[in-house]
Amino acid sequence: MDTRVIGKPVPRKEGREKVTGRARYVDDIALPGMLHGATVRSQLARGRIVGIRYGAGIPWEEFTIVTARDIPGKNCVTLLIEDQPCLADGVIDHPEEPVVLLAHSDAYLVEEARRAVEIVCEPLPAVFTIEDSLTRKEVIWGEDNIFKSFLVEKGDVESAWAQAELIVEGEYETGAQEQLYIEPNGMIAEASPEKGVTVWGSLQCPYYVHKALVPVFGLPKHRVRVVQTETGGGFGGKEEYPSMIAAHAALLAWKSGRPVKIIYDRAEDMVATTKRHPSKTRHRTGVTRDGRLVAMDIDFTIDGGAYETLSPVVLSRGTIHAAGPYSCPNVRIRSRAVATNAPPHGAFRGFGAPQSVFALERQMDRVAEQLGMTPDEFRRRNFIHEGETLAVHQVVREKVDMKRLMDRAFELSGYHEKRERFAKENARSAIKRGMGFASFLHGAGFTGSGEEYLASEVSAEATPDGVVRIHAASTEMGQGTNTIFSQIAAEALGLPCEQIEIVQPDTANVPNSGPTVASRTSMIVGKLVESAALEIEKKLKDSGFLDGKRDPRAFAAACRRYISEIGPLGAFIRYDHPRDLHWDDERYRGDAYGAYAWAVYVAEVSVDTRTAETRVEDFVAVQEVGRVINPVLAAGQIEGGVAQGVGFALFENIVWREGRMVNAQMTNYVMPTSMDVPPIRVFFEEIPYGRGPGGAKGIGELPLDGSAPAVINAVANATGLDIRRIPMTPETLLEMLESARG
Amino acid sequence: MAEVGKKIRVECTVNGEAAAFEAYPMERLLDALRRELRLTGTKEGCGEGECGACAVEMDGALVNSCLVPAAQAQGATLRTIEGVACADELHAIQKAFLLHGGSQCGICTPGMILASVNLLDRNPSPSEEEIREGLAGNLCRCTGYTKIFASVVAAHRKRDGGG
Repeated sequence: MDTRVIGKPVPRKEGREKVTGRARYVDDIALPGMLHGATVRSQLARGRIVGIRYGAGIPWEEFTIVTARDIPGKNCVTLLIEDQPCLADGVIDHPEEPVVLLAHSDAYLVEEARRAVEIVCEPLPAVFTIEDSLTRKEVIWGEDNIFKSFLVEKGDVESAWAQAELIVEGEYETGAQEQLYIEPNGMIAEASPEKGVTVWGSLQCPYYVHKALVPVFGLPKHRVRVVQTETGGGFGGKEEYPSMIAAHAALLAWKSGRPVKIIYDRAEDMVATTKRHPSKTRHRTGVTRDGRLVAMDIDFTIDGGAYETLSPVVLSRGTIHAAGPYSCPNVRIRSRAVATNAPPHGAFRGFGAPQSVFALERQMDRVAEQLGMTPDEFRRRNFIHEGETLAVHQVVREKVDMKRLMDRAFELSGYHEKRERFAKENARSAIKRGMGFASFLHGAGFTGSGEEYLASEVSAEATPDGVVRIHAASTEMGQGTNTIFSQIAAEALGLPCEQIEIVQPDTANVPNSGPTVASRTSMIVGKLVESAALEIEKKLKDSGFLDGKRDPRAFAAACRRYISEIGPLGAFIRYDHPRDLHWDDERYRGDAYGAYAWAVYVAEVSVDTRTAETRVEDFVAVQEVGRVINPVLAAGQIEGGVAQGVGFALFENIVWREGRMVNAQMTNYVMPTSMDVPPIRVFFEEIPYGRGPGGAKGIGELPLDGSAPAVINAVANATGLDIRRIPMTPETLLEMLESARG
Repeated sequence: MAEVGKKIRVECTVNGEAAAFEAYPMERLLDALRRELRLTGTKEGCGEGECGACAVEMDGALVNSCLVPAAQAQGATLRTIEGVACADELHAIQKAFLLHGGSQCGICTPGMILASVNLLDRNPSPSEEEIREGLAGNLCRCTGYTKIFASVVAAHRKRDGGG
């Protein structure tokens, strides 16, 4: 395909502001008369609030103080359902639950005051583990502690066991993971009954925040405005929690009559906001002696924390991805999200899939081992092909070639040669080397009928100078929305990228293009951007002001003429769900995603058996993601995702005590530094996807799925240890090494 | 507490110009720079010296401004991200970050660029290992560091090549 700007390494649209320090993040904004807000939180995991004590030595009369009683509308953070309060009222369901809000003009004094408030509680019995929640040691949510459960069935697993010549079982666990965007959460609000509510903040989904604020204040929709400021990373961590902070800042502003800023410090951000759901997965896999999958029985449970929030959706994606890119006639996946008295777990890049994919890819290696077959040969015999059906009964209509991706990844990483060589060398060395890989897929866009319900909207308008402005609620948070949208529109119109402007996401000014999540921005919203751009061109052509020639000056002249002779020149596009994609929500089957990204990742590791230190020495990531719109940005997405996946596998350990994270500091919650990441070598296979803009598919979440299992499979290969739980820190590895030595 | 005592007047050189501000002596330099001088390019990521988002140069050394008391800036020469570009002309490192994808969400970028500039000032042709070491005090969650290394390499190659 001959393109001018798609496929080119166009520099980041807002890059100049970022490299000069001029980009304005929420904490860089100060409004006249602004107060600083703080949140007083519960210490207990579960209990009844019997009193609030305001300690001595604080000039309380100078403070704005907000409790649940001050909320003008409904006390809830509306998301899927309305079970989570903005401020705890009477009962506490998890540690660090917000109870009282304070504001004062002196940021130091407000912090001192926060420490002087005591929430007096009578404790209630609490639940902290998946097991205790499942056995209903205490019922803490609904009737049975279950937020949601799914059953996916293909064929008949029960009667298929008879055909299996070997059955392998396994249980796997993944821990919570902190998103750890470097910019902590923050929000500024102005609010009054006369002017309504406006918030500015670090967030991924302007319309989620809008939807949550409307009922809290009982205002009509048009009196609530949400503006995204430059956002210093999200990774899912700014998908749902910003609604809470926005409501808090706005409640303080509403009561004080002054603008209020709330910025979380790192400790508060880590201890109080969402993390990746911890998970447990049980596999029972039946195969024939020649390595054909006969039956896969998968049981997947995630810990949702104290409120439902997004757990049903995270569970859904984890469930659908649990059987991977393999063709198996009989599959059963049973899954559930359970309640515990921890802060709600939430969105984090991959959204349930990294958990279930870790379990599957470890299980695949273990089945191969028991078959006496290499892990690659076992997978090769079971890879899905075009025309075959996934576990959810989706017929694959893409030209998927997993074998090719695998061969390329093996060649680039020297997989076979090294695996063989390391096996010989390891016998004589305290440092054991190993090769491991994972093969996986990731669906782009909302699941099933999700995109149809979202019905996303994008608009575009042209100025008399021929500048085309794109209006969408899709946010830039580092992943490249501004640049990608510019490239898509510029390509469609034959203009340079500089002639495209991306309007700041502001609910007063942009239509709802849906949340910036689910690897949907390039593929789904990008397509709407392309359509909007083409609609403008069509209007110019239909009016006779623009001929076939693609020339920026002719385009500008045509825009000027159109606007002066006919009127405003714009386009409004709404998502139209492809008619041939069908999803059955009742039976949980059908076309789960319009398209999948397919990948094989290979990790090379070394494990020092004396220090139990694991190093990832090399990493090769090969993927097919449709047409790559911007090779620098796309590779950047993969590299960053791999680093987060390495952290998920080896470093990032959350220590829980009674539902509370006790290592809420960057000092003792360790993410990969520049010394820890391997060379990450990224390669794309490009098969243009007909329904993506310029042929693109989704990309953002993919790298989180396969990185951790590739690394751990390599550690297993190096050490011979059967690792079933991540993070695999040096401490856990040391224990395993010692017990292996007997 | 940081605000204990009386505010003092701190006089120093910031980005090549004489500057003065009022601050509590033990207040974080980070807060004084952001509030008093409105130099908001210096970011707070962790407040405990782990992430390097608040890195500035103080008398030629890279420091985490969240760990430096404001009083210590008395008489010092500071460089923040606002002083890296020369008017509208970006520094070679800034250009390289822009071209090679060294900046994604941008929040670690000011500190990362100062660390890179500081590294190249000390060691004009660092090896890959030296680049990794030189940037080890600056955390980035977006890039996996790969494109940051590439940016630093591109900047010093360009300079070595006289460009």
